[in-house]
Amino acid sequence: MTPAISVENVSFAYGYHPVLRDVSMSIEDGEFLGLVGPNGSGKTTLLEIMLGLQSPDSGRAELFGTPVEEFAEGTRLGYVSQQSTDADSMMPVTVREVVEMGRYPHAGLRRLTTDDHTIIDEAMAKVGVDEFADRRISNLSGGQRQRTYIARALASEADLLALDEPTVGVDADVVDQFYDLLTELNEDGITIVLIEHDINAVSEYADTMACLDGELYEHSETATFLESGALERAFSSARAVSSRRVAGGD
Amino acid sequence: MAVERSQQRRELALTAAGIPIVLLAFGAFILWIFPPLFDLFWGGMETIFGGHWLVTSSFIRHGFTAGVLIGFTAPVVGAYLVNRQMALIGEALAHTAFGGVAIGLFVGASVPALDYPLAWAMVVAAIAALGMQYIAVNTDGYADIPIAIMLTGGFAVGIAVISYGVVFSATVESYLFGDILFVPFENVQLMVGLTLLVGLTIGLTHKQLKFITFDREAARLARINVWFYDTLLIVLTALVVVAAMQILGAILVAGMLVIPVAAAMQITDSFNRGLILSVVFGQIAVLVGILISYDLGIATGPMIIITAIFLYLGSLVRGGR
Repeated sequence: MTPAISVENVSFAYGYHPVLRDVSMSIEDGEFLGLVGPNGSGKTTLLEIMLGLQSPDSGRAELFGTPVEEFAEGTRLGYVSQQSTDADSMMPVTVREVVEMGRYPHAGLRRLTTDDHTIIDEAMAKVGVDEFADRRISNLSGGQRQRTYIARALASEADLLALDEPTVGVDADVVDQFYDLLTELNEDGITIVLIEHDINAVSEYADTMACLDGELYEHSETATFLESGALERAFSSARAVSSRRVAGGD
Repeated sequence: MAVERSQQRRELALTAAGIPIVLLAFGAFILWIFPPLFDLFWGGMETIFGGHWLVTSSFIRHGFTAGVLIGFTAPVVGAYLVNRQMALIGEALAHTAFGGVAIGLFVGASVPALDYPLAWAMVVAAIAALGMQYIAVNTDGYADIPIAIMLTGGFAVGIAVISYGVVFSATVESYLFGDILFVPFENVQLMVGLTLLVGLTIGLTHKQLKFITFDREAARLARINVWFYDTLLIVLTALVVVAAMQILGAILVAGMLVIPVAAAMQITDSFNRGLILSVVFGQIAVLVGILISYDLGIATGPMIIITAIFLYLGSLVRGGR
């Protein structure tokens, strides 16, 4: 079976600062991957390369078997970034309007149809934001806002959902519900790639885990992963690098 | 999926074929259908208001019509700009358009066939818009740097050309500060065409423009051609700015793009409602501004902007946010 995502020998640098070195991995269709790593380990960059939002300096990335730069079925991708967009704090836009955006690429220049609106209503109901449909998105709590973005991905009929630390700034007591929702979506067949700083939480929900710190340390079933010692290696090397930097007066 | 994509491709082909037909239809409308409609409307107004001078003067008829058209196009385009934090781009384009006007006046003085400053302004502003877009995409740096350069550069070119050539200062002033009594009928026709064009384009691409305005990254991910829609918006802005410059002047033009939108955004939670409300505020600002300006004998452009600011202040009180 073609993997949902595969990257081969991907390297990336911001100017002279290398971020990713020779990363290769593939994520199966239907997998729930927890991607962890120290701060500045290149997790977000790797995710952006996987989705085609960044081009790697070398190496290649494929989405559903198509080279990412030729991949045109953007509606299959959903992305929930860290505390989302700049505009959402100021721009007046309702929850329903945000979820509608998931249908826009399907609609092109035509108007949204009744079918589109049915899909939009279902997506909002699925993640439980239907009661806020007409509220301004900036007036919602962090958790409700992230759910709205997931609803947008559902309305778009995404079968790959990438989330970059979605629970930062979300109340602790609703984080569990949020993960339950992700598990449910995964059971419906959606591939999930989750970047998360809380390793304990992610290990409870993800099928597989991967650890990144510039290079890929391990990518395996969650239980195997936790016993592999990859976490210790990645996080201790991060400490070593940062202490070296201090010593070097960089 | 494949079916959907081929359907989208067919839509695209239809759109491409439709463009010349639509433009021809617009041209026909402006040349043959609009003038009798215009006369019919103002004839009717004359009967209703019993021949009051405000509706009989052809100058004021032109000015009113142009104002109403601007009160529609400027806030519509402005709604996307404001929410992209690009409020000042209209101002920068207006200044480059002023440079275009100066060039047009200069060229027109020696080659009468090319004596059409507004067309020059449109061309120069559209080129400036594309240049600004190119700089924004291809250079690192703060987004307001190209804006500041265009803002001052447009004026510098304009004033340099004017000081070199011999141009009546009254003409220059009318482009700087706007003059509602200075709108010839051809310009009203031009603005009707422009309004149709803006209305149609926004009507078709509203969804994409709104998506990109709200969440660029997600729009890119959905493989929407962000660069194309950015370019489209900035070129539309350039055209609207040139049209509005006749009434408001190069210096005040940005106000009409920004203030009605700012007022509307205070009192609504929905972008679509905000868009409609912006147009309503734009119309109120234009109509009330014109009436007050005649009543008190104050320049019209400034009065329109001041009215808009009062609407904004009112919305602040009402919105309470």
